[in-house]
Amino acid sequence: MRIALRVWRQRDREDAGRFVSYQADDVNPDMSFLEMIDVVNERLIGQGEEPIAFDHDCREGICGSCSMVINGRPHGPHQGTTTCQLHLRSFADGDTIIVEPFRARGFPVVRDLVVDRSAFDRIVEAGGYVSVSTGNAPDANAIPIAKPVAERAMDAAQCIGCGACVAACPNASAMLFTAAKVSHLGLLPQGQPERDRRVLAMVRRMDLEGFGGCTNFGECTAACPKEIGQWTIARMNGDFLAASIRDLEEMNLRDEPG
Amino acid sequence: MGSVAMDLKARIPSGPLEQKWDRHKFELKLVNPTNKRKYTVIVVGSGLAGASAAASLGELGYQVKCYCFQDSPRRAHSIAAQGGINAAKNYQNDGDSVFRLFYDTIKGGDFRAREANVYRLAQISVDIIDQCVAQGVPFAREYGGVLANRSFGGAQVSRTFYARGQTGQQLLLGAYSALERQIAAGTVAMFPRTEMLDLVVVDGRATGIVVRDLVTGAIATHCADAVVLATGGYGNVFYLSTNAKGSNVTATYRAYKRGAAFGNPCYTQIHPTCIPVSGDYQSKLTLMSESLRNDGRVWVPKSARDRRVPGAIPESERDYYLERKYPSFGNLCPRDIASRAAKEVCDEGRGVGETGLGVYLDFADAIKRSGEATIRERYGNLFDMYQRITGENPYQLPMRIFPAVHYTMGGLWVDYNLMSTIPGLFVLGEANFSDHGANRLGASALMQGLADGYFVIPYTLGNYLAGLKPGINSPDAPEARAAERETVARIERLLSGRGTGTVDSFHRELGRIMWDDCGMARSADGLKKALGLIPELRDRFWHEVKVPGAGEGLNQSLEKAGRVADFLEFGELMCQDALHREESCGGHFRVEHQTPDGEAKRDDDRYCYVAAWEYRGEGAPARLHREPLAFENVKLTTRSYK
Repeated sequence: MRIALRVWRQRDREDAGRFVSYQADDVNPDMSFLEMIDVVNERLIGQGEEPIAFDHDCREGICGSCSMVINGRPHGPHQGTTTCQLHLRSFADGDTIIVEPFRARGFPVVRDLVVDRSAFDRIVEAGGYVSVSTGNAPDANAIPIAKPVAERAMDAAQCIGCGACVAACPNASAMLFTAAKVSHLGLLPQGQPERDRRVLAMVRRMDLEGFGGCTNFGECTAACPKEIGQWTIARMNGDFLAASIRDLEEMNLRDEPG
Repeated sequence: MGSVAMDLKARIPSGPLEQKWDRHKFELKLVNPTNKRKYTVIVVGSGLAGASAAASLGELGYQVKCYCFQDSPRRAHSIAAQGGINAAKNYQNDGDSVFRLFYDTIKGGDFRAREANVYRLAQISVDIIDQCVAQGVPFAREYGGVLANRSFGGAQVSRTFYARGQTGQQLLLGAYSALERQIAAGTVAMFPRTEMLDLVVVDGRATGIVVRDLVTGAIATHCADAVVLATGGYGNVFYLSTNAKGSNVTATYRAYKRGAAFGNPCYTQIHPTCIPVSGDYQSKLTLMSESLRNDGRVWVPKSARDRRVPGAIPESERDYYLERKYPSFGNLCPRDIASRAAKEVCDEGRGVGETGLGVYLDFADAIKRSGEATIRERYGNLFDMYQRITGENPYQLPMRIFPAVHYTMGGLWVDYNLMSTIPGLFVLGEANFSDHGANRLGASALMQGLADGYFVIPYTLGNYLAGLKPGINSPDAPEARAAERETVARIERLLSGRGTGTVDSFHRELGRIMWDDCGMARSADGLKKALGLIPELRDRFWHEVKVPGAGEGLNQSLEKAGRVADFLEFGELMCQDALHREESCGGHFRVEHQTPDGEAKRDDDRYCYVAAWEYRGEGAPARLHREPLAFENVKLTTRSYK
């Protein structure tokens, strides 16, 4: 099949960037989308041109590296799919496909389709963990966890940190990413001691990184390759409110004389 | 280099097997808590081994610098491990024990691993599960709230803990969260998108690494009191493998060239359940978790070139060959055996699918027995993944699978303390050679990576540092300066090529040589042929490769070129090792050495040793050193799963 591509090329963060057209002829419907870009890149290198830079690694939908917006949708047309799991059989012969990087203030472009998502690491650094140093753990079966609770936590924990939620959101909000981690740990007994501190610190960091607020569009869930639900955001909002009130009470207690 | 005899002392503690590690922990020297912060440790790699090591060392108070080539430590390839992690918890009351896990692992490795290391691994396995649960890893659970287990290839007990089909992801996110906690605490400095390109050795000790910042292209030397490599395996020497595209041998190969012995490079694992290759454009292979073999039945048609659709082939004309050949383990026989059996039926012309390189993995019976909902709950995400890639619905049609390169048991040689032959250079996880012998059992890689990082290196590193004055290593040492200059020169050479061949085209060619002659079945003739072809290809690479762009800034072609250049040297070492080992064991199958019914034939009299290869300079053949393997607690038997 023949595919026409319009791909965003941008040398570095300062460059204005532009769309460049490429032709992918003789591609095969069983090819993955990234394999098509490989083919285009091989040809570009052969012609002495610089290939299209893009992030990718595992190519099986779990590392969260790939970060393309395909025809206006992060990771392309299918629900619950990363770009590396998208195959050309999802397109028609002769289609024109527009490929852009994830766009958000929190994700500056590094080059072409590569963006800097280190803000996500900093949000986790702010509190996305249980403070248990190696060697401190009780027996794994000492604390039973109801199966539905463990499953619910796993639903949230599946997040691959790709950032499609941010790219899909009209506000470039990182709420779904942050809420997934807050919900995963907040549901489990192990996460309770730091539950308040965690949600307050992670939301604060999220705001500092320049992500927008959530206004309930729900685009994030629609774009999420792991289909993480809006319930996580509702849950985080509840946690945040409760933690803020408790935080206030704590401060009042501390302020009391004597 | 090469003139001094290589120190291959395994430093296995004395005493009974069960007491070695405890005794050793007591005997190891300690670094005073207030002195720990004076020592700097470099950890290269942020997968299960690297992240758990960096986090645990940070918790102890060392100053840690951690490096990964990915944009975030959370993306290291451990993330892709699907099936599970073994631990001798015996929660199922089905007869498991530390000794049984030890025995299964030693036997699964075809008696080519060290008893003491493997026993320690089995002991530590129980602590790993505790640690991960405490971090909030959402393992599968039973309705009563306790942890669930499943069985896995090569074992007759249920000892595998799992989180759907994403166990590696959840364990890595646990280790990553511990790492981020230490970054916040200031004990770990993280360097993402930073690739190690050389090791600095001063006065025979590892003192630092040369790195390239993949965004700016800047080359720099970073020094420390010790260096820990946790850089994974070298399966991508085959070009097509289940590894991530970026996985590479550079860090361990560069360490080898600086004097670290490379152990058993020919031991590679071909995983039986991967999605078959569909065309020349294929960029990687996708694993379908081995856990599927719990419910799926493997079969091919009884007669060759049977082109009927699977549903049209009646039971009586199907050959469930694993169940037939290995009645007691059936579909759960170890990976090397299942892979070879698949190759055998395909060689007989009984393979399925368009290419004839595939066998069926059929869930029809399991769906009939347990219902589609149960199967969906167990394997839903794997079935979805399969359907996405192939366009076929595995609830209705049997999956087609074929073996693919998945894991490398070989790696840098390490002693019991996980230290290489270069003092101060430690190697963890898949990057070392230590615990899996000639074949790794399912759900053991995650166990080993985390054992090394959480529970071994925190003890053994202190023993090395305790005798050392901290902070004396400088990037201005002449050896460091030289290593940096060589790295810069190498990059310039890669960029100066006037040819037209792409890096990938050379990599593909190398992969074909390795798969044909150093893959599932190896022969002296084939290996000799490969040993002629690889240097030729390497020569062409340096003359004809085209690497566009510059050394400054992000240049993904340059990154690949450096990795492929190292694979082009390393492939030769693998073939050399495979050629010298005149026996079949585990994943290493020499066609000259098999039983009349086609099973691997070991030669314990001549080859019961670790092959540790020493680099002896450009163009000179590597020198073989042998570490004999002594078995005092298990009897060497012919591995039988019949």
